[in-house]
Amino acid sequence: MPRDASIKKVLVIGSGPIIIGQAAEFDYAGTQACRALREEGISVVLINSNPATIMTDTEIADRVYIEPLNVEFAERVIARERPDGILPTLGGQTGLNLATQLAEAGIVDKYGARLLGTPLKSIRKAEDRHEFRELMREIGEPVPESWIVEEESQLDEPLKSGIWPLIVRPAYTLGGTGGGIAYNEAELREITRRGLSLSMHHQVMIERYLAGWKEVEYEVMRDANDTAITVCNMENFDPMGVHTGDSIVIAPSQTLSDKEYQMLRTASLKIIRALGIEGGCNVQLSLSPHSFDYYVIEVNPRVSRSSALASKATGYPIARVAAKIAVGLHLEEIDNAVTRKTLACFEPALDYCVVKIPRWPFDKFNVADRRISTQMKATGEVMAIDRAFEPALHKAIRSLEVGIYGLQSKASSKMSDVEIEEAIRIPNDERLWAITEALRRGVMVEEIHSLSAIDPWFLRKLKGMVELETEIKSQSSAILAASEAEETPPADVVSLLTRAKRAGFPDRSLSDLTGAVELQIRKLRKRLGIVPVYKIVDTCAAEFEAETPYFYSCYDSENEQ
Amino acid sequence: MKALLALEDGTIFEGQSLGAPGRTYGEVVFNTGMTGYQEILTDPSYAGQIVSLTYPLIGNYGINADDFESRRVQVEGFVVREAADIPSNWRSERSLHAFLKDRRIVGIQGIDTRALTRALRVKGVMMGAISTEETPEQLVARIRSAPAYGGTDLNRQVTAERAYHWPPYTKQLGDIAAAEQRALELPALDQVPRVALLDCGVKYNIVRSLSALGCEVTVYPCTASADEILSRNPDGIMLSPGPGDPATLGYVVDTVKRLIGKKPIMGVCLGNQILGYAFGSKTYKLKFGHRGSNHPVKDLNTGKVYITSQNHGYAVDPDGLKDGMEVAHLNLNDGTVEGLKHKELPIFSIQYHPEASPGPTDSSYMFETFVRTLTAN
Amino acid sequence: MNSAPGHRKDSVLSETRKKIVVIGSGPIRIGQGIEFDYCSVHCVWALREAGYDAIIVNNNPETVSTDFDTSDRLFFEPLTSEDVLNILDREEPEGVIVQFGGQTAINLARPLHEMGIRIFGSSYDSIDLAEDRDRFEKVLSELGIPKPAGRAVTNAEAAVTVASEIGYPVLVRPSYVLGGRAMEIVFAEEDLRRYMQYAVDVSPKAPILVDKYVLGKEVEVDVISDGVDCLLPGIMEHIERAGVHSGDSMAVYPPQSLSQDVIDQIVDSATRLARRLEVRGLMNIQFVVDNATNTAQVLEVNPRASRTVPYLSKITGIPMVRVATHVMLGKTLKEQGYVSGLHPNTGSISVKAPVFSFAKLAKVDIGLGPEMKSTGEIMGMDTQYSKALYKAMVASGIDVPTRGSMIATLADADKQEGAGVIRQFSDFGFDVYATGGTARYLKTVGIDAIEVKKLHEGEGNIVDLIKSGKIDLLINTLSSDKRIEREGTQIRRASVEAGVPCLTSLDTAQALLLALAARRGGEDFALATVDEYLAGTVN
Repeated sequence: MPRDASIKKVLVIGSGPIIIGQAAEFDYAGTQACRALREEGISVVLINSNPATIMTDTEIADRVYIEPLNVEFAERVIARERPDGILPTLGGQTGLNLATQLAEAGIVDKYGARLLGTPLKSIRKAEDRHEFRELMREIGEPVPESWIVEEESQLDEPLKSGIWPLIVRPAYTLGGTGGGIAYNEAELREITRRGLSLSMHHQVMIERYLAGWKEVEYEVMRDANDTAITVCNMENFDPMGVHTGDSIVIAPSQTLSDKEYQMLRTASLKIIRALGIEGGCNVQLSLSPHSFDYYVIEVNPRVSRSSALASKATGYPIARVAAKIAVGLHLEEIDNAVTRKTLACFEPALDYCVVKIPRWPFDKFNVADRRISTQMKATGEVMAIDRAFEPALHKAIRSLEVGIYGLQSKASSKMSDVEIEEAIRIPNDERLWAITEALRRGVMVEEIHSLSAIDPWFLRKLKGMVELETEIKSQSSAILAASEAEETPPADVVSLLTRAKRAGFPDRSLSDLTGAVELQIRKLRKRLGIVPVYKIVDTCAAEFEAETPYFYSCYDSENEQ
Repeated sequence: MKALLALEDGTIFEGQSLGAPGRTYGEVVFNTGMTGYQEILTDPSYAGQIVSLTYPLIGNYGINADDFESRRVQVEGFVVREAADIPSNWRSERSLHAFLKDRRIVGIQGIDTRALTRALRVKGVMMGAISTEETPEQLVARIRSAPAYGGTDLNRQVTAERAYHWPPYTKQLGDIAAAEQRALELPALDQVPRVALLDCGVKYNIVRSLSALGCEVTVYPCTASADEILSRNPDGIMLSPGPGDPATLGYVVDTVKRLIGKKPIMGVCLGNQILGYAFGSKTYKLKFGHRGSNHPVKDLNTGKVYITSQNHGYAVDPDGLKDGMEVAHLNLNDGTVEGLKHKELPIFSIQYHPEASPGPTDSSYMFETFVRTLTAN
Repeated sequence: MNSAPGHRKDSVLSETRKKIVVIGSGPIRIGQGIEFDYCSVHCVWALREAGYDAIIVNNNPETVSTDFDTSDRLFFEPLTSEDVLNILDREEPEGVIVQFGGQTAINLARPLHEMGIRIFGSSYDSIDLAEDRDRFEKVLSELGIPKPAGRAVTNAEAAVTVASEIGYPVLVRPSYVLGGRAMEIVFAEEDLRRYMQYAVDVSPKAPILVDKYVLGKEVEVDVISDGVDCLLPGIMEHIERAGVHSGDSMAVYPPQSLSQDVIDQIVDSATRLARRLEVRGLMNIQFVVDNATNTAQVLEVNPRASRTVPYLSKITGIPMVRVATHVMLGKTLKEQGYVSGLHPNTGSISVKAPVFSFAKLAKVDIGLGPEMKSTGEIMGMDTQYSKALYKAMVASGIDVPTRGSMIATLADADKQEGAGVIRQFSDFGFDVYATGGTARYLKTVGIDAIEVKKLHEGEGNIVDLIKSGKIDLLINTLSSDKRIEREGTQIRRASVEAGVPCLTSLDTAQALLLALAARRGGEDFALATVDEYLAGTVN
């Protein structure tokens, strides 16, 4: 179906200021959407209170309003501009909440506009816990035992169930504000009280906390023709209990067999279809590490932080495609902007590994509670791409700019064994380095797994990295000598350096481990030809030629620049 | 241990041995699926081929007892960038390396698989060889003196030795000898739809899918005659996928021609190509084939688009189709034929894999369509 | 098809075009937000417009700069010198631009310079001159530009000596800071000693700066200089007095309370500094206007684009990053049609306000001070100051009704000034609740305050009241008394949990009054596009 010709002018609602849970991803999404709409000849009106955004540039939108994102000012913009459509799903929760309020107040209808893309009733079904559970029950998708609570007196039922621990999630909040995990009645009451006060609808959901289960996300898209695809799946390094915005995330999933991958993919597509979403959607699922059992945890019926990550991880521009779908186009009518030979109607195939690490503000707030849980605390995130997990993790670590360049942090190296154990057991910003420190001290992978429930696959990767670190240290004098000499070092040193670089060790870590000067290591590497090549992110694992010059480095053989 | 992969054009990749040491030879192809290596390894359609996976981290979830698509490993050789030493998954029973070694499959890891993919994309699939024993020169010479893919009848190698029987609602067959025995002894059940499956290299999941829909399936070797297949009066006939060049399978085409009009027929992958031949068309070789879990296909009748699992190196030429056979599905990436449907007779086929395994299960409805046809007749 | 400036349809790198690498700003964090991504993207656009191939390096997946069609080449890589040098080895560009990626990018100036890489815009030496405190102080004294008295010290005794020389209160901070980390205003020797112990612990090698805390307005400017001419697109005046980090202050364009004389001083100092530092491109300067002497004293300079650049660009219509990028490529301001000095005011009044994420961060004290705490910012635009203030307040989440209930708890030092502010809220019709001391004080000056129990005084106390949902606003000024502050922290946290706006600066409260007055006035707020504000066609 070609695009809806009745749509000539569209209002795009931005997400406002950067806050925890809503960072730059909505400028990225909004900018893409504006461009996608203008490609279709549509005039774009934009409202956002945050002018430090590309979307609010007059190069991106036709008419830009820097106004508060509330009903009063949005109504005035609508009254003045008379847009044919309003695109609510690209401005994060802020934009979606405002669009919902405008529609509910009759303002959208009053001025002859309509909401584009995902219908409001789909959004409600996805966001209202009760309606969502009902829908999941109808389509036979499992959801954890849960109770909707609107006042404290309703806690009797969950208390009677005897299920512990329980997780409390407030409805309609950003980044899970006000949620938490309760292990006993007192905690349950306290977290519920806080959650109720912070929820826009004075509603929280209490549900079975799936301790130790895998957390997996699917980014899915659907058009009005009911074509539905998966853009990307992602596996959290941290098991259930840590907000996905505060989790280290790996794309694609690493520990799921095809049966598990497809089972969850099928569930995700079933859900996006049942909801009737037209655009992008994020489905969070929890998978048992011991069986095919899974639960559907949550759905975000809009572009999100996860979709920005998925877009960058795959090269698939989710927001652009969502905007095109919103004005009536079908996935098979939208081109793949990366290959320009294929269509948006396909599922990206990755031939690399992506690691995301959250960036927490604890360097600013010494007194802050550094534990991470269901309430997001990160202000931002970094992503890294490489051909394997180890170098991608290494790159992500040194992208954080927290004074840590590799597997060792000052804080964790100073911790006692008991403190290390605690830092592994209870998720916090230091956990990754507490794990590497524990491995360094000889703690077994099995023990770390039993403390953290982190999948042994990840832990064994970390163990391998620590072992390589030990090997480098044991060869430090040889590497130091090689870095100072002119002649070619022995083959085992060359091989060790190659392996170290393939595992992502930065020169700076090699310098720390061996005492060699960082720049001397660089010179040595270059002399030996141990230099990175650059490969293209092309959405299709090289099956088709890509037009887009989106590169990542790796210590592999063929350079594609 | 060092290992080499050489291509027909003289390109050499140096890596480490994976699985068994030794030498192997086959058509080098790539698959872009990110999961499903066990299913790929055991898919008979990969007979005669060295399979390279574009996803770099393989073996993470190990090898389990359930995800076999046939009794044996079918690939000639296996190429990955990195094989996991220690897998992690609740069903995992052993590592990829140990499994391949046990099954005497020669593989290679540690090479730039993306560079390999790009080479195959540009030049098309080529013959190649993996070796832990030969020099690059010896390897290339060996490739050049060996027969090309399609020159041997791979289907006879992978097909069932004897007919066997797969009961309804059965996920795993268990003892194949007992099943063969049952195929001869058991009376045909009247209550359930009965499918005769012509096995040119069937994946178990096709049989499982039919079984899960309540069908009783009898699997026949690809050399079975039409009379043999019709002898138990099946309600419908399934033409399986399989390896090789369909142009060389005249005897199967002849068998199928004799079945047309007698029973509903569904063809999958090679089965689609066989039906193409049976209805006057030909096939041609694709430059580097379609192998992966992400191919968009449009159903021309409904206008719906599905993401499909694919594994084929040949495509049906739509021009020669006659006697009421029409193109029903198209690949949205390159416009090639992905399915056929007869205007009047209950005959249809698809080039992709509704049985998934590996890959998306979006097209499993195809089996339902087929089974509905059986019960309607 | 694409209307973005400099957008080319062909994505294949040209053989003939020269390449320039733009260093991005990495993850969003407090002190380094989305503003730098905005700058990086505009720099890329300007480079393409000027006929260069723009290459971007960044690692933040949330941004426009890492969209695959923003630049000619995107390298999704860490921003360490090793990773950047690897790219430069392969690409062999003309050079790199480090002015737009915040502190992340500017920190790479030195290692890249040392490897012989050309830095476009201000040279490495010029950057160092601005960032090295000793060198910079010499420049200031050479130019005769005033700065608050102070010195760098390396131990507690020296700190105490300096402080007693210049007099308390003093502003102390590590010499190398980003976003005001570990910065404090210290009122007494005892606190200074405690701070020194703590601060020296934080960074043992770096010296600590002890500066006179100057009471007055803070002002900041961004200048674009080509080495000869120096353009000041606009001045932003902070609404909170000095002591609140610039990133946490509300700020207004154009300045509302500065005399022409002070504005002249600012323009003069900025121009001479830009020339002396040989700035090519952007520089940000922060001043404090000393109330006592009416002099604009330099607090610090940042030899790079600052977080106000996108705001001033939109307000003034001067595409600051684009102009600066063209300057770096060799096109003078004159050639671009700009003249030296302060750009004339545009028709709008714009107020920038910080936004905090305290609800997400348990145990963090929300009181404002020299350490930056906000995660983002917004802006309110109108034709009148009070209306722009109102919009900024609402947009930043301080959505207070024009009458309602409020709680006031004022530190002793603030009682007199605070009473004046509270009286106006009371006059508006706010019910005023206050704890013991504040309530008594307010009563003595004739404000009818309702006394509420302190936290430790049992049920029905101030925190219970905050949580009751009856309160619309909390004004709680920070005390230097640690005992009182412990309770203050709990009260402020309670307001966060309950979603009640909490102001810790009387200046913010005064601004809120002005905003509420605009609301009560019943007049319509302006509604205009950014372009209409610039064209002066606002109805």
